[in-house]
Amino acid sequence: MLKVRVIPTLLWKDGSLVKGTGFDSWRRIGAAMPAIKVYNTRDVDELVLMDVTATADGRGPDLAEIDALARECFVPFTVGGGVASVETVRDLLRAGADKVIVNSAAYSNPALVTEAALRFGSQCVVAAIDVLRGDDGAYVCCARSGSQRMGIGPVAWAQRLEQLGAGEILLTRIERDGTLQGYDIELAAQVTAAVSIPVIAAGGAGSYDDMLQALRGGGASAVAAGAMFQFTEQTPREAKQFLAAHGIPVRAAAN
Amino acid sequence: MTVVIVDYGMGNLASVQRALEECGAAAEVSDDPATLAQASHVVLPGVGAFGDAMARLATGGWIAPLRQLAADGIPLLGICLGMQLLADYGEEGGAHDGLGLIPGRVVRLHPGDARERVPHVGWNEVSAQRADPLLESIAPRTDFYFVHSYHFVAVKAEHAVAHTPYCGEFVSVVRAGSVMGTQFHPEKSSRAGFRLLRNFLAGHGDA
Repeated sequence: MLKVRVIPTLLWKDGSLVKGTGFDSWRRIGAAMPAIKVYNTRDVDELVLMDVTATADGRGPDLAEIDALARECFVPFTVGGGVASVETVRDLLRAGADKVIVNSAAYSNPALVTEAALRFGSQCVVAAIDVLRGDDGAYVCCARSGSQRMGIGPVAWAQRLEQLGAGEILLTRIERDGTLQGYDIELAAQVTAAVSIPVIAAGGAGSYDDMLQALRGGGASAVAAGAMFQFTEQTPREAKQFLAAHGIPVRAAAN
Repeated sequence: MTVVIVDYGMGNLASVQRALEECGAAAEVSDDPATLAQASHVVLPGVGAFGDAMARLATGGWIAPLRQLAADGIPLLGICLGMQLLADYGEEGGAHDGLGLIPGRVVRLHPGDARERVPHVGWNEVSAQRADPLLESIAPRTDFYFVHSYHFVAVKAEHAVAHTPYCGEFVSVVRAGSVMGTQFHPEKSSRAGFRLLRNFLAGHGDA
């Protein structure tokens, strides 16, 4: 049976890992390489690395850094931030990324998703959707680290991304990010019901039970967590033990 | 021992190289088919689309040398798309001829129910149909990392070494003599993946 993935997320800015809240107030928490090495030995299912200010800074990803990190990563390595062209997708795959996250650029240039999928395969194109809840209570997709509302809802945008050729969706509720208050289960449920590609729930994980809810109620195929693993005593391994005890299929730790 | 990793412009070669080095091999990424003459083992990696990959193999002059290599009994391991290319033909984006090293075709995964999503992404178990040197010391139903939308249908049951339960069941390891393939990514499958790569490196030809 296909196992549910528990995915630590590393947020990266100007050469170090950072933590934020609601996609803002980034503060430095240490270097990326030691974190990758630790997660490697702990046998995590996958790692996500997001360069959180690449798009805002109008630059591409730091390929040399990605290359160095990928060389130490023996589990799937998914990389995003500043991906605005199919050449950047190619460069990241060459640098050792296994999957590339496309976010802001997909709104202005949907063909990017299709071109990348045709050239490199849908399986390595992860489309990120960052979602705010507006004052009217409706969900709205946002580009550029949540700073630009795009006037389309997550269900419609997820379906469009699937049609364009995305192989997976990384779904983040912006206001929950870094809060440890739990995923937006309703949002996850709406999106997972609307598409047939896998959806990774992100933004807000604070406990193992939050993950269980995102998988059961939200229908997610995977759960991503940043602050929960970096700022609490909780670990990916224990998360999987908890999920297994509740009947969720997870990959057992290797011997 | 020199392992040649075929670079035909598709996918993540750095992690394959790094994993082979971690397993003690001298691994060279090459875009020149002439380097195959010195190879003790060859890895055909790849992510992407079947037709595009075959076109690139043809343009790079790889097809005849790879067929010769297989005829000579040099161990060849296809990974993910690289395994699919071993087949006679693939149906991704229209029908395309493959390398024809293991009789079979490559078709899309079809979900059995709404819970099954395509692409098949993540860790799933691999169950051997029979003992094979590639899977030596790897426990039955060990999880490996998959990311794919198409799968290999072997014409002959004897070439299907292992299966994985998803969208029904599909062939996740193939072998015909010294030609092998894994639908999963051993280079991204942590300890179990390293074990498999070491088994490949320990092989000297036919199973």
